[in-house]
Amino acid sequence: MKINKQSNLYTVIYVTLLVAIVGTGLAFTTMGLRGRQQANENAEKMRQILSSVRITSPKNELALTFEKVVTGQLVVNVSGDSIGNDAFDISIKEENRKKIEDRELPVYVATIDGSRKYIIPVYGSGLWGPIWGYVSFNSDGSTIYGAYFDHEGETPGLGAEIEKPQFSNQFREKTMIKNGKFLPVNVLKKGLKPQAGEDYVDAVTGGTITSKGVAAMLDNGLSQYKEYLIKLSQSNKE
Amino acid sequence: MTMAEKMKNSMVFFNPFAKDNPVVVQILGICSVLAVTTKLEPAVVMGLSVIVVLAFSNVIISLLRNTIPTNIRIIVQLVVVAGLVVVVNEMLKAFAYDVSKQLSVFIGLIITNCILMGRLEAFAMSNRPWPAFLDGIGNGIGYSIILIIVGFFRELLGNGTLWGARIVPESWYEAGYVNNGMMILPPMALILVACIIWVQRSYNKELQEP
Repeated sequence: MKINKQSNLYTVIYVTLLVAIVGTGLAFTTMGLRGRQQANENAEKMRQILSSVRITSPKNELALTFEKVVTGQLVVNVSGDSIGNDAFDISIKEENRKKIEDRELPVYVATIDGSRKYIIPVYGSGLWGPIWGYVSFNSDGSTIYGAYFDHEGETPGLGAEIEKPQFSNQFREKTMIKNGKFLPVNVLKKGLKPQAGEDYVDAVTGGTITSKGVAAMLDNGLSQYKEYLIKLSQSNKE
Repeated sequence: MTMAEKMKNSMVFFNPFAKDNPVVVQILGICSVLAVTTKLEPAVVMGLSVIVVLAFSNVIISLLRNTIPTNIRIIVQLVVVAGLVVVVNEMLKAFAYDVSKQLSVFIGLIITNCILMGRLEAFAMSNRPWPAFLDGIGNGIGYSIILIIVGFFRELLGNGTLWGARIVPESWYEAGYVNNGMMILPPMALILVACIIWVQRSYNKELQEP
């Protein structure tokens, strides 16, 4: 029997079969590789968290180092009360979409040379896409110990410079609580001074919008931890 | 296989390297040349990915060519290419995470790379699987050659590194040498491609348009 390949019936059956085969194939590939991909993503997250407390580790020892350094995790709400302690699986990107009072905010506690550092994730947008980072604080809840920033697709050589240590190292030793007032660190073009008297760092040359994105990200991201950080600073003062 | 067929197959394989290069002669796939060539490593991985996707989609389409209904052939080609691209993307995410982060959306955009659709429509639809496979590999390599040349110069002049390793010595920077930031921006990729075209056409008179 000769099949008419131009008939509508043939076309419909052909497409249906093709899509079913390709779809099944893709489903199996994705399922088969999911475990490995998740492991890669977790390792990358650990690396970023560790670099915010000035620690780098070879790839194969990442999980071990992370376990050693990050001694605690907790989840707080916007009024600074602890509501859980499984921070690692929380995505700050998803939390930022919720109403502010419903957000579950992750905090990682690292112990370095006997002193505690508190690591806070931040998430925002740059010029071309999302930017994110981790900022670590000393136990006074005000002084920045270290910071790490990354981006998805900022312009190489310009906005993308925020991922370089030259940029993130500027944040070290800046303070956020001044005379009891909470003022997130600002990012300003070289030569400018902040109006509210907050600490600031120099923006990336040629990466104005990305730099503004970092400033906005710190402002929004850290402000939701305001109560927690103030509580932290008071409890450690006494 | 007859002598004539062998000759034809080797032409199918080698022509895309220079004489019929998809990027500098047919001017296809320029978009990804701009996007992934700021560094050498992503350029090489992108090249490899295109070779794999192009070779396999050429073979698959060539095998199916007598069964595909003519009026939906482009859709069938797209489904095959898209399926393969997703597989490559997932593989990279699982086995070469750092590179897949750098290439981000561009692997996905292989689907819309005109070289693929061009080869499928012009060659695979009317040839047997083995020549189609050679054609896919050949065109993939032709594309990669250009990517690598452009990536080489952009990383060297724009960053002073190659494959992430420092090439330009520190003493040069101290003496006042500055990386050319322009190299990293997309326009320079086009200018470099134009330079390659210029050099190639001045050697190959038959490629010059009257």
